[in-house]
Amino acid sequence: AALKGGLRFQVSAALKEGHVTPTELCQRCLSLIKSTKFLNAYITVAEETALKQAEESEKRYRRGQPLGVLDGIPIAVKDNFNTAGIETTCASNMLKGYISPYNATVVQKLLDQGAVLLGKTNLDEFAMGSGSTDGVFGPVRNPWSYSRQYKEKSVPKSCSEDEESNWVITGGSSGGSAAAVSSFTCFAALGSDTGGSTRNPAAHCGVVGLKPTYGLISRHGLIPLVNSMDVPGILTRCVDDAAVVLGSLAGHDPKDSTTIQDNFKPFELPNLTDVSKLSIGIPKEYHAPGLSSEILALWSKAADLFKNAGAKVVEVSLPHTRYSIVCYHVLCTAEVASNMARFDGLEYGHRSDMNKSTESMYAATRREGFNEVVRGRILSGNYFLLKQNYENYFIKAQKVRRLIANDFMKVFGSGVDILLTPTTLSDALPYREFIKEDNRTRSAQDDILTQAANMAGLPAINVPTGLSERGLPVGLQFIGRSFQEKQLLTVAKWFEKQVKFPMIQLEVKRHYHGAFQHQKSAFFS
Amino acid sequence: QKATVEVLDHLEHLALVDFRDAEGVERLQKAIQFADQLHEVNTDGVEPMDSVLEDRCLYLREDDVTEGNCTNELLKNAREKVEEYFVAPPGNIPLPKLEERETFLQGS
Repeated sequence: AALKGGLRFQVSAALKEGHVTPTELCQRCLSLIKSTKFLNAYITVAEETALKQAEESEKRYRRGQPLGVLDGIPIAVKDNFNTAGIETTCASNMLKGYISPYNATVVQKLLDQGAVLLGKTNLDEFAMGSGSTDGVFGPVRNPWSYSRQYKEKSVPKSCSEDEESNWVITGGSSGGSAAAVSSFTCFAALGSDTGGSTRNPAAHCGVVGLKPTYGLISRHGLIPLVNSMDVPGILTRCVDDAAVVLGSLAGHDPKDSTTIQDNFKPFELPNLTDVSKLSIGIPKEYHAPGLSSEILALWSKAADLFKNAGAKVVEVSLPHTRYSIVCYHVLCTAEVASNMARFDGLEYGHRSDMNKSTESMYAATRREGFNEVVRGRILSGNYFLLKQNYENYFIKAQKVRRLIANDFMKVFGSGVDILLTPTTLSDALPYREFIKEDNRTRSAQDDILTQAANMAGLPAINVPTGLSERGLPVGLQFIGRSFQEKQLLTVAKWFEKQVKFPMIQLEVKRHYHGAFQHQKSAFFS
Repeated sequence: QKATVEVLDHLEHLALVDFRDAEGVERLQKAIQFADQLHEVNTDGVEPMDSVLEDRCLYLREDDVTEGNCTNELLKNAREKVEEYFVAPPGNIPLPKLEERETFLQGS
């Protein structure tokens, strides 16, 4: 039971009281990673270093001196964060074999708290995508594809069709991290969020996905996509755990000058009982074209939940919502064009054998190292940054960005505390459906509800809310005011308590002496 | 708006990344079309926003050396090196012109 429980109240307590040791916990997680290998959630499993960290943690517990709540807790990190001594690939050929010489600040902070780093999780190449399907190590499979809940609802088209072709995506780009948390192989995972990359897979995998306010958590060591929008994201199984992880990560970092200098005080979430003083805003533009009727109904039910509990629930308007995805498209590709320029083969990463000239070596290296999604965004970004286009596209998009941010300011200024919106347009698509459209189209469709929060730098969180008719998770999103994570998480925690999202009933095939054997793992009973 | 072959060639030079095939070119054309929707928005009198933290002062630390001396660490990741240098092929040689280099755009 400890394995499935929350950090603060179950696992930590179990470790403190000696019901389970850090090494036992670590070994169980490592074993689970092995038996769920087919999910392809992990790119690198750092077994040796993890066990060493667990041993150190155990020594501390025996002395009665754990470093904190996170001591001995197995965690996973998205493979676009630098981890010293451990390969960091960004799921790209460009960085295959790249061993970081340093830890990203957020990784260092977790390790300083005694967390046990199990490994690096899979993603879309360079975090570009909304499916976690476009990395060089292959797509990540949503653990819910193998849940009893999904299997019960799926109608095979023919007797021969099995779960091999029916599996659904995790969403992205932090799909590996979401799958890792969802399948119990770790207690918390780091993702990144530039347009929704933490909240989207969180919604599809039925876990909590927090995007903090821009400037709250250090980006030092997070391989950048869009410097003005990227944030490290937090994925956990419950809101309380997200607060714990946030508490260990937030705060000014001298190595990242875009982190604010205000003093950050970690907080415990109160158990909210009275929501009558709360004002919840329902932005009408988030009833976007393509929103499934199921999610619309769930969203409506959630609004009623708050209303019936005494909160003030009002319809609000964020008029520039429909332009935010276009705006994002221009600003993102422009910043990507700049950020990807560092990959030239000289100092790190892949280097082509071509050596006629510097330029031709760079060109060949990038030709060989980047997939078509990355190349596409670099070329688009460079187009928008051309002298003849700069004013009409890049500057124009920056102006629209201000209008989008202002929309939020107006609404929060009118007395609304929190916005309630859907996170995704539908539940997770089967992989074979998802790949029918290209990456850019999918990203444009899937980011629509999440990326305005990145545009305005606001904190936002996905809370798993219910199961769809296909037995798959659906989440709802709360967006809060800048740096008001405590209020945001308090409301999210209240909501989480009301909806009582069901636990995944994972059924894992076990290879046993070469023969397949359906066996419900003892872990999941 | 559609990008001409001259512009596409120029982009390959600037980005040092190739279009690879017709799909790559089509991808850009679609991206431009998509971005053109921005022009529907009235932005008269609106200042561009480059950071959501524009109202705050960027942190500047003291100009003191606090870390470094990690030459060996950093050189480990480079493929071609000599002593403490990264080795690059000869510079100041521009990428061959469209007609002379191997690119999908040739003959467009």
